[in-house]
Amino acid sequence: MATIFNDTQMTEFKRLVARYPEGKQKSALLPALHLAQDSFGGWLSTEALDYVASLLQIEPIEVYEVATFYSMYNLKPVGKFVFEVCQTGPCMISGSDNIIDYIKKTLDIKPGETTKDGLFTLKLVECLGACGYAPMMQVGKIYKEHLTKEKVDSIIAEYRAQASNN
Amino acid sequence: MSEQTLFKVTVDGITIEVPAGTTILQAARQIGGEVAPPAMCYYSKLKGSGGKCRTCLVEVSKGSEKDPRPMPKLVASCRTTVMDGMEVKNITSDKVIDARAGVVEFLLLNHPLDCPICDQAGECHLQDLSFDHGKSKTRFEFQKRTFKKHDLGKNIQLHMTRCILCYRCVFTADQLTNKRVHGILDRGDHAEIATHIEKSLDNEFIGNVIDVCPVGALTDKTFRFKNRVWFLKPMDAHRDCPTCSGRVTLWNRGDEVFRVTARKDEWGEIEDTPDGKPGWICNTCRFDKKEASDWVIEGPREISRASVISQGHYAGKIGTTKPTETFLAVNGGRAPHLLMDIHDESEVNKPTIHLGKIQGPSHGDTFENKTESA
Amino acid sequence: MGVKLLLDKANVPGIRTYEVYRREGGYRAVEKALKEMTTDAIVEEVKKSGLRGRGGAGFPTGMKWSFIAKPEGVPRHLVCNADESEPGTFKDRYLMEFLPHLLIEGLIISSFALGSNDTYIYIRGEYAWIPDILEEAIEEAKAAGWLGKNILGTGFDCNIHVQRGGGAYICGEETALIESLEGKRGNPRIKPPFPAIQGLWMRPTVVNNVETLAAVVPIINMGGEEYAKIGVGKSTGTKLISACGNINKPGVYEIDMTITVEEFIYSDEYCGGIKDGKKLKACIPGGSSVPILPANLLLTTAKGEPRYMNYESLSDGGFATGSMLGSGGFIVLDEDQCIVKNTYTLARFYRHESCGQCSPCREGTGWMEKILQKIETGKGEMSDIDLLWDIQRKIEGNTICPLGDAASWPVAAAIRHFRDEFEWHVKNPELAQTSNFGLQHYADPIHVPA
Repeated sequence: MATIFNDTQMTEFKRLVARYPEGKQKSALLPALHLAQDSFGGWLSTEALDYVASLLQIEPIEVYEVATFYSMYNLKPVGKFVFEVCQTGPCMISGSDNIIDYIKKTLDIKPGETTKDGLFTLKLVECLGACGYAPMMQVGKIYKEHLTKEKVDSIIAEYRAQASNN
Repeated sequence: MSEQTLFKVTVDGITIEVPAGTTILQAARQIGGEVAPPAMCYYSKLKGSGGKCRTCLVEVSKGSEKDPRPMPKLVASCRTTVMDGMEVKNITSDKVIDARAGVVEFLLLNHPLDCPICDQAGECHLQDLSFDHGKSKTRFEFQKRTFKKHDLGKNIQLHMTRCILCYRCVFTADQLTNKRVHGILDRGDHAEIATHIEKSLDNEFIGNVIDVCPVGALTDKTFRFKNRVWFLKPMDAHRDCPTCSGRVTLWNRGDEVFRVTARKDEWGEIEDTPDGKPGWICNTCRFDKKEASDWVIEGPREISRASVISQGHYAGKIGTTKPTETFLAVNGGRAPHLLMDIHDESEVNKPTIHLGKIQGPSHGDTFENKTESA
Repeated sequence: MGVKLLLDKANVPGIRTYEVYRREGGYRAVEKALKEMTTDAIVEEVKKSGLRGRGGAGFPTGMKWSFIAKPEGVPRHLVCNADESEPGTFKDRYLMEFLPHLLIEGLIISSFALGSNDTYIYIRGEYAWIPDILEEAIEEAKAAGWLGKNILGTGFDCNIHVQRGGGAYICGEETALIESLEGKRGNPRIKPPFPAIQGLWMRPTVVNNVETLAAVVPIINMGGEEYAKIGVGKSTGTKLISACGNINKPGVYEIDMTITVEEFIYSDEYCGGIKDGKKLKACIPGGSSVPILPANLLLTTAKGEPRYMNYESLSDGGFATGSMLGSGGFIVLDEDQCIVKNTYTLARFYRHESCGQCSPCREGTGWMEKILQKIETGKGEMSDIDLLWDIQRKIEGNTICPLGDAASWPVAAAIRHFRDEFEWHVKNPELAQTSNFGLQHYADPIHVPA
C-alpha cells in the first residue's frame, strides 16, 4: 500500500495541523498518526512513520517514540477487523473471560494473532471506558457492548458478510 | 558583580548559604560527603535532566522561614529549589533511607547484575548506590526482563538490560547533536533505548552518551572487554583538536592507551574546560586517538578514592605514596558497610567446623550438619 | 428524586442538536457570562459555588482558575481533559455523547473567564466516534455566533479544537496530557512549574475535567451561592456517578451528594440492587484506584454511621476504614467475585499504563502484577502478601505523578480488608482455581484495623 496521502487525506491532514499555532505543528502528531493508520491499511510501517515525520517536519525518532508509546498504533499488520476486548476489573467481574475464551475458540486464534483469512485480529486491551456496558470490545471506531456468545456470533457473521460484499 | 539573593538552607543539620534558584541537591553537594544525595538521572550539564530515578528523594522538614510547614511528600532534591530557611533531611531521615532502599531495590529488580562481565564495573553509579543502600538478597523471584538486541554502530555498545532509563543519553543527543536518532521507545517496564530502524549512532559528539550513562548500558565498543578500569591508570592529556576542547583522560596500562574519556568531576559529571563550558569530547578524540603519541600527557588524574577504580592507586597522585589515613578519612567519612555476613549464607567458616576432618569433597549438606558430622 | 443540573435534559429527544439544546434554554449562561459579567466575576462565582474538580482529585476549581499566570502578551489556554480512562469511569463519555452542547457552553464561559482564545478538548483515542459529535456541535455553535471572532460583540475570540489521544491512561494526568497535546510521549512533567504558570507550549494553562466544565453552566445560570446550597459541606452541587459491576442497572447517574451509599446501590432510581439477587461483597466507589471497601464498611462508617455519596463521607476513616469519591466510577462486586483476581487485573492495568519514567512505578507495578498473578494461579506463598504490602508502600508517594499512588492503593486496600481471602488462596491453591472465597463475613461487621 502506498504510504502517501491522497487529496482527501491531505486535506484532512492540513485541517489537523491548522488547529495549532504557527510552529507548533508537532502537536498534530497523534491525530496525524491516526489518519495515517486509517489511510494505510490499519497499521503504521516505518515508511508511514517517516512520511508523517516529513510532513510535520520533525525527526523520525520523535515519531517512533510517540508511535510506540501509545497503545492504539499498530506497528505490525493486523486483520481487516480488530477485536480489542477489554479485560480490566469491571469487565472481568462482568464475565469478559468467557467472552475472550469464546472468541479464541470461535476464531481459532490466540490474543495477538490474526485469522488465516486475514479478516480478524484479537487483542486484549485494558479499560476502554464502557464499564457499565460490560463485557465489551472495540472494533475500529465502534464499541460493541453487552457482549454475549450469541452477540459475538452475530458480530462475526456481520463482518464476514461485510468483507465478502466488498 | 551583581547582588545575589542568598538563601540559608540546612541539610542534615549543616547550614549553608546558596544563591536563590539553587536546587537542594546542588546545595547539599556544596556541603559534600554523605549529605549529598545520590543522583542517577540528574546531570547538571544536561538541561531538563533529573526527577526520574527517585534516588535523590529527601524530606523537607521545614519549607521555609515564611512558610515553615513541612512538605507532605519526599521531594526530588535535584528538581526542587531551596527556599530561605528551608530545612532538609537526607541521611538523618528514616523515611528517606527507607524510600531510597526501595528505589535501589526497584532499580536492581530487573538489572542483570552482570558486573563481572560489564565494562562499567568499578565506575558504575549503580554499583556505588547498591553498595551504600542495597541489600545482599533479592526478593524478586521472577524471570528478569530482556530485550531484543540493537546494534548502535561501531563505537557504542548498548546493553539494554542494564539501562535504568535515566534519559541522560536522550538529553545528550538533543543538546549536543543536531539530529537525534535514538530515543526511548515503547512504554512502562518495556520502554527501551533504541533507534527503531537499527541505525548506527555516528554524530561526532554522540560518544558523550557513554560518559553520561550512569550504568553499563552504553559503553565504549573500542574498549569492550579490553581491561578492567581499576587496572588502568588515568592520565590527564590533551591534543589540539579542531572539533572539541581535546581535554581528556587517558586510561593507560604502561604506554598503551586503552580508553579515552572526558574528564569527570567528583560527582561523575563532565568537568568544565577553563572557559567554563562543559568539556564534552568528540568521537575522534574518544575512539580514534589510541596512541600515546596522539596526546600531550599532563600527569596522573586524581580519582575519588571512594570509587573502586582507585583500588591500588594511592593517595593524591596515583601510584606515588601509600595512605596514612584511616579508612573513614579516605572514604569521605563513610564507614565500611557490612554487605553480608557469610554465616547467614553458609555454615562454612563456623568455628565449630573442622574443615580438615571432613571426609571427601565437601558440599552444602556437610556444613548444614555441622558439628555432629564434623 | 434528587436535583439534576447536568442531566436534567438528557432525555429530551434531539438534545444533542443545537436547535433543541437552545430551545431548552441552552447558551443562556454564555449570554449572561459574556454580556453581564467580568472575567473576575465569573471566577468569583465558581469559587463561591464550591465546585471541586470532577476528574478525581477534587481540587477546588475556582482556586485552580485563580492561579493562572497572566504575563503580558503570552496566550493562555484552557484544556478540557476528556481522557477518561480510570477503570469504572464512563461519565464524561455520556456527557459528551448525549449533551455535547452542555460541554461546549461550559467551555465558552470558562475560556472567556481564563482568556483562552484557543481551547482544546483532549479526548481519549478509543472514544473514536465522539470527536465527530463534538466537532459537529462546535460547528453549530460557531454558526450561531457562540464561537469564533468577537463573540456577542464582546471582542472575545474563541475556537475550540478536539484532539484524539493515542491510547494511554497516563494522559489523564494533566501534565502528561499537555505533553501528549504537544505531540510527545505522555510522560508527566516534573513539577514545579505547574501548568498554571507553564503549561501547553510553556504558556499558562488550566486543565479541567469534562464534568467540571459542564458544571460551570448551571453555576452561571443559578449563581454560585445557589449551587453551593445543593449538597452538603464541601461536597457542593451534583456529581455524576458511573455505576458498573454486578448491579441491576449499570449506567450514569446524577446525584446531589446527600443520598446514602445504601440508597444509591439498592434504590430503583439508581443501581437497582445487586444483580441476580446476590449479596453485596465489596465496592470500589470512586474509580479503580481508590481503596476497595467490604460491604459493611461501605454502607456504614467505622463509627457505625450511614455512609453518604460525597467527598467527606466516603473518605471518613481515612484509608484505614474509608475510601474516596474520586472520579465517581462506582464498581460493585457481588458475593461470587474474587478479590485476588480483581486486584490482579487492576495491577495489570496499572503496569500496562505506567509511562516508565520513574523507577518505583516502572518496576514496582510490574512486580506487584507478577506476585498477584502468582497468588491468583495458586502458586502464592504467605510471604508474598507481606511482600506486596511492602512494595506498594515503597511506590506510594515516591513517584513523579499520582499513577504510583493509583497503583498502590488498590493493592493496599485489598490486603487491608481482605487479607483472609489472600491467605485462603495461598492455603487452598487448587480449590481457589475452581471456586471462590465467597462472601464469608464481609457483609457483617468485621474487625476494623486501627
